[in-house]
Amino acid sequence: MTATTTDYLLHARDISKHYGAVVALRSASLAVRPGEVHALMGANGAGKSTLVKILTGAVRPDGGTITVRGKERTAHSPAEARRGGLVSVYQEPALIPDLDILSNLRLTETPIEPFRHWLEELGLPGLDLSAMARTLPLASLRVIDLARALAIEPDVLMLDEMTAALPANLTERVLEVLNGMRGGDKSVIFISHRMTEIGSVCDRATVLREGETVGVVDVDEHSAERIVELMLGEAVDQQEALAERHVVAPEQRKHAPRVSVRGVALHPRLRDVSFDLYEGEVLGVVALEGQGQDELFDVLSGWERPEAGEIYVNGQPVAFRHPADAIRAGLVYVPADRAEALLMQRSVKENIALPFSSRVPRWGWIRKRKEHETVTNSIEKLQIDTRAQGEVRRLSGGNQQKVTIARWVASGVETLLCFDPTRGIDIRTKNQIYVLLRELADSGAAILLYTSELSEIPLVCDRAVVIFGGEVVGEVDARHADEPTLLKAAHNIGTEKEAAEVVTETSTVPVGEEADGEEASQ
Amino acid sequence: MSVAETTPETRPAWFRPAAWANLFRERPIVPLLVILVVLVVLSEVIRPGIVSLNWAGVMVRAAIPLAILAACQTMTMLTGGIDLSVGAVASMTGFVVATLVNGPGLWTGIAVALAAAAVAGLINGIGVGVFRVHPLIMTLGMSLVVLGLANVWQLAMVQTGAGVPDLFRRVGAGMVAGVIPYSLVVFVPVAAWVLVTLNRTGYGRLLYAIGDNPVAARLAGVKAWQVLIVLYVISAVLAGIAGFLYSGLTNVASVTLVDSALLPSVAAAVIGGTSILGGRGGYGGTIIGALILTVISSLLSSLGYPEAVRQILFGSMIVFVAAAYARVTNES
Repeated sequence: MTATTTDYLLHARDISKHYGAVVALRSASLAVRPGEVHALMGANGAGKSTLVKILTGAVRPDGGTITVRGKERTAHSPAEARRGGLVSVYQEPALIPDLDILSNLRLTETPIEPFRHWLEELGLPGLDLSAMARTLPLASLRVIDLARALAIEPDVLMLDEMTAALPANLTERVLEVLNGMRGGDKSVIFISHRMTEIGSVCDRATVLREGETVGVVDVDEHSAERIVELMLGEAVDQQEALAERHVVAPEQRKHAPRVSVRGVALHPRLRDVSFDLYEGEVLGVVALEGQGQDELFDVLSGWERPEAGEIYVNGQPVAFRHPADAIRAGLVYVPADRAEALLMQRSVKENIALPFSSRVPRWGWIRKRKEHETVTNSIEKLQIDTRAQGEVRRLSGGNQQKVTIARWVASGVETLLCFDPTRGIDIRTKNQIYVLLRELADSGAAILLYTSELSEIPLVCDRAVVIFGGEVVGEVDARHADEPTLLKAAHNIGTEKEAAEVVTETSTVPVGEEADGEEASQ
Repeated sequence: MSVAETTPETRPAWFRPAAWANLFRERPIVPLLVILVVLVVLSEVIRPGIVSLNWAGVMVRAAIPLAILAACQTMTMLTGGIDLSVGAVASMTGFVVATLVNGPGLWTGIAVALAAAAVAGLINGIGVGVFRVHPLIMTLGMSLVVLGLANVWQLAMVQTGAGVPDLFRRVGAGMVAGVIPYSLVVFVPVAAWVLVTLNRTGYGRLLYAIGDNPVAARLAGVKAWQVLIVLYVISAVLAGIAGFLYSGLTNVASVTLVDSALLPSVAAAVIGGTSILGGRGGYGGTIIGALILTVISSLLSSLGYPEAVRQILFGSMIVFVAAAYARVTNES
């Protein structure tokens, strides 16, 4: 530590911000010391995003002061903040998709050599810099974003949900790099919903709740509980409610599967996937980034047509040419990227009611009262915060995700396809979504769930299929699987004897021909 | 300005001294009405005595066909599209009826003209919805095709001669007691239908949905090509109806009669608060926008400026208003 230890590198005091009647920030403060990795925590709608936007100069605060190295700062744009030494990496990759990586770097005047160095440190050595940004997977783009930010050597580096949707191996490298920065003269503001990550790299954590800083915690082994307590206000543990969950035992699945997938393939990464999805269960998909799960969900949701293989719904072969066909067959899709699923400028109501009008016979008069009832029902069921319901883009990320789910709950779910539904949302909302998925399954829905957070698998799922290299490599009894086992399975290194109770080869029995022959999980 | 929740046309819009930006966003009708009133007052100040009931009637009469053309733009712009063929289509329908009125008769003429318009719209819709041609290109191309075909028609019909039917002249240009334009008989049902379609029907919702986020619409099971084909047919038929009124108002049958109204029709929709990027806007604002444009153009001509100056002022105002919208509708 240097002589400036007592001084704060970045100090935001009593920041407030109103959007019309909605108070985003009441009185938020954040003090970052040089050489520390500082976590910024808070539930959805706690004001975290607003504070981040104010710190990066994208939004002007109504009140409060920001000082950097003791000098008051009044950045009016991200570019100004950047020149002031504060660089941020957001949830969404900030690369121009139609330019190659090198041109993207030139745009931000990033020095190439340090960039390459950091890329190596972050686990992406030998990346082709002439590749178009749009051709690279999301995980690589995020790592590139981070390497680019590190190459500028900013005083304060702000990482907003950097590790969300990163595969485990890359996450580890990121955390290593952050650890290496501790004790220097630069600082990192780290925003993540993953408590274990906070525990492993952060020195202190500032917790926001309802627009106010409610506490600053020194991070150690015991701080996670304290942080959660501060975030939630009152102790709420809905994960416990899940412990009592109903489980579909193999003998209860005598009936035919709701959805059978047989040998489905789609360029570039889905090669040969088969599994059965039964009603009343949550079937997890365990996979590292880019193992073909994206393509699998594209096929099942009707977005893309498979190149090979068959899909059966209730024993009938189906060929989806459009998402509308999948929806008619009862398969509805919740994508990870909420911007993909929502009409950002429209109201919560219109977003939820959107599928009602999609078919030509429903193009006519809207019966407002009936619509209002249905919509209100699902809003209540998902506990959506409707203070800013006029435009969905003004909702917090978690509430937006709830709206995308509410859309399908409103019309009665048969088969729900969830692709990483809890990406980048806070614990409280995550819990609500877990509970909801269980409730839906218990009332007879069949749910296919891919999640980038392996810890969710045992929490929510009954079974899980492991996909590796575009193929199903095994099946896991999700109830008794712990994270390390799942991680091993995901890396396709769990097929040895010691993990035998976890992974069993799935057979590819054709539908109709003894569906029960599907090997039941232990 | 969520059309789904509030129908600004039917609710009294109180003037609140709230932040203008917010007002613009939530109830665009209010500031637009204020602008309209200011323009009327300005007209009276510049040319005392000009504002009268008769003047108001003349303004409304001139604004009505423009407002119908602007309905085409509003609906297509909501989906992120645009219909640049409305000028050619409107000219064509007025002209076709004028050539047929003395032969096969008025109603046959109207039927033929609207059918021709609908075919043009159908092709636009197939091009945009099925073959994914950009609406700008598709409808611009279509406007040339329609103009060319109308010219061919003109050559074929040169012997019979053309005359604007009496009915069109009466409806397009006539006024009850010198105050109330007859064309309201056409406009009121058309406007009511557009407003209801946009605000209270599933189809209207889909127009907004496709413009806001085509990916989300598709994921929700919306088949955009169905919506778009119907949309461009509606747009062309509305343009055809506007064409009848234009030919009646001016008592001219020409294959290029309405061309000069094309850009004002886009401008009326933009000034009325409909985003050219899609997903935001409504017809109520467009109607006021058409009135504002009509009053401005009358004001500019009463000032006696040359045409060039009027065009410069007209263009600048459109850019200014569009820029103002972009500012207030994006938060901070």
